[in-house]
Amino acid sequence: MSAELLPLLVAIPLGGAAISAIAKRNLGVQRVVGVVSVGAVFVLSVLAWLEADSGNPLEVDVGGWTGGVGIALAIDPMSGMILSIAMLLVLAVLLYAISQLGQDVLDWWFHPKYLALTAGVALSISTADLFNLFVGFELTLIASYTLLTVRSGGRQVRSTISYVVVNLMASMLFLLTVAFAYGTTGTLDLSDIVATLRSDNPAMLSVFSAMTLVVFGIKAALFPLYMWLPDSYPTAPAPVTAVFAGLLTKVGVYAIYRTQTLISEVDNALLLSIAAATMFFGILGALSQRDVKRILSFHIVSQIGYMLMGLGLFTLAGLAAGVAYIVNQIVVKTGLFLVAGEVDAEIGGSDIDAGSGLIKTRPWLAGAFAVLALSLAGVPPLGGFVVKFALINEGLVTGQWGVSAVALIVSVLTLFSMMKIWNGVFWGDRVGEGPGAKRGMRLVTGGVVVLSLLVALYASDLLEASLTAAESLLAAVGGGV
Amino acid sequence: MSLAMVVAIGVLFTIGVYLLLQRNLTRVLVGLGILAHGVNLMILNASSRFGTAPILDGREGPISDPLPQALILTAIVIAFAVTAFLLALAVRAWGATSEDFVEDDLEDRRIGSNRGGESP
Repeated sequence: MSAELLPLLVAIPLGGAAISAIAKRNLGVQRVVGVVSVGAVFVLSVLAWLEADSGNPLEVDVGGWTGGVGIALAIDPMSGMILSIAMLLVLAVLLYAISQLGQDVLDWWFHPKYLALTAGVALSISTADLFNLFVGFELTLIASYTLLTVRSGGRQVRSTISYVVVNLMASMLFLLTVAFAYGTTGTLDLSDIVATLRSDNPAMLSVFSAMTLVVFGIKAALFPLYMWLPDSYPTAPAPVTAVFAGLLTKVGVYAIYRTQTLISEVDNALLLSIAAATMFFGILGALSQRDVKRILSFHIVSQIGYMLMGLGLFTLAGLAAGVAYIVNQIVVKTGLFLVAGEVDAEIGGSDIDAGSGLIKTRPWLAGAFAVLALSLAGVPPLGGFVVKFALINEGLVTGQWGVSAVALIVSVLTLFSMMKIWNGVFWGDRVGEGPGAKRGMRLVTGGVVVLSLLVALYASDLLEASLTAAESLLAAVGGGV
Repeated sequence: MSLAMVVAIGVLFTIGVYLLLQRNLTRVLVGLGILAHGVNLMILNASSRFGTAPILDGREGPISDPLPQALILTAIVIAFAVTAFLLALAVRAWGATSEDFVEDDLEDRRIGSNRGGESP
């Protein structure tokens, strides 16, 4: 495909959102528009990825403004890979949400908001320009604020407020970074900013590095900036939480990967310490909770640490393992929250005391949870094991004993907290009543589980593709490690 | 960058951060608004050159750098949308609890009290 088509990645879902808003209460039209536009973006991103993977990264300056002052979009193997897998899961969650409509209190605004979120994610991943990254993040965030309040009573409003205020604070810092970068270098193109800073003003490069790490660290929920996440995510309806869990923090991680590899003078000790602390404190939070969605939300935080560990190692193999980890995590985490949504529908609540014995009435659901939970914990032969092995192996090869030990211990604790959900919700006598999960929900959850198994089956292909992606990350600075 | 501008930005940031740290939602909102103004001034300061309006109609003299102004416009629109949303949220919170007060997380308090600690 030609690079001129790249703006469609953002334009299609935005146009879909507009049509969907005009169609208003006509659910049939909204569903068709939603599925068609997300599907089209998925196909486009896969085509772009394949093109980039074969050695032709796509780049376009929208409207012909060059020199770091216009809107630049670029797809290289890294962004193509993450974008493709993200859009596949966005599509899956959309289908899940559609089959859940009617029993959930998702109103007609759901579709326009969801498509705006899709556009924001696509823009954040495909842009090569600092200010458009800001616009992409804001688009995603504003859609996410409104999605969080889809059905809100007093409790939801409270947690949404902390989510909104924390993220707004991060956005202000982001704008400060933009002002600082433009004022010092006179360009907004990410690689130009870094190149100019390196040649003219090396001391300022570390300021830029620190500012972007803090800004994206809030979005990605790194230690110690993660407190907003377990507070707000669990209160949203299941499909909304699933797409947030699978995507939003990973977009933050992706931005960290982008910027830090460009800067390339990474403080390994700092990043690895943050990674270890994020893993450890995230899992401690999960151990103390008694609500399925809250336990899973703390797992999001914990897993972010592993992804950062890949970056902190900063070798080609380490980065590749980190990228593979992100891909596997997007699939598994989304799947787990889809399972949590079904559990909610079956036992009428997400607290582990709300009901039990689901294995008797829904054995396949229990199986789906087992596969995804074991994959997240990293039990062989599932996908989570493959990527975790690649990561920790590289940690040991490079002699980073501390962070590797923490990663192993946290894996065991992850398994332990998953056992808590298993014992509470799936084991024992059948207690708890709910409206029941619709067939569409079951099908989509099953599809995501199959996808997570495919990750394990095609592990060598995944690692190979991640290696290409990691090479493209490092090639952007014109140097290796 | 003139000294007055620097002082103005500093004052705006001070007020904004102070208000942001309050428990009262309306104050947080106003604080975010003021902080946004401070940030916008910062972007304006990042201009590479200052002068007359950047319109190419053959006028004389140096012209201003148009890009920061475009960035500020975008930032203002985004801040406006978010402020409107937060105001709507504040109204809803008021309707639910009749309070304009951001409370602690219930779950955190419950866990804190389970451990034998005192709930705040």
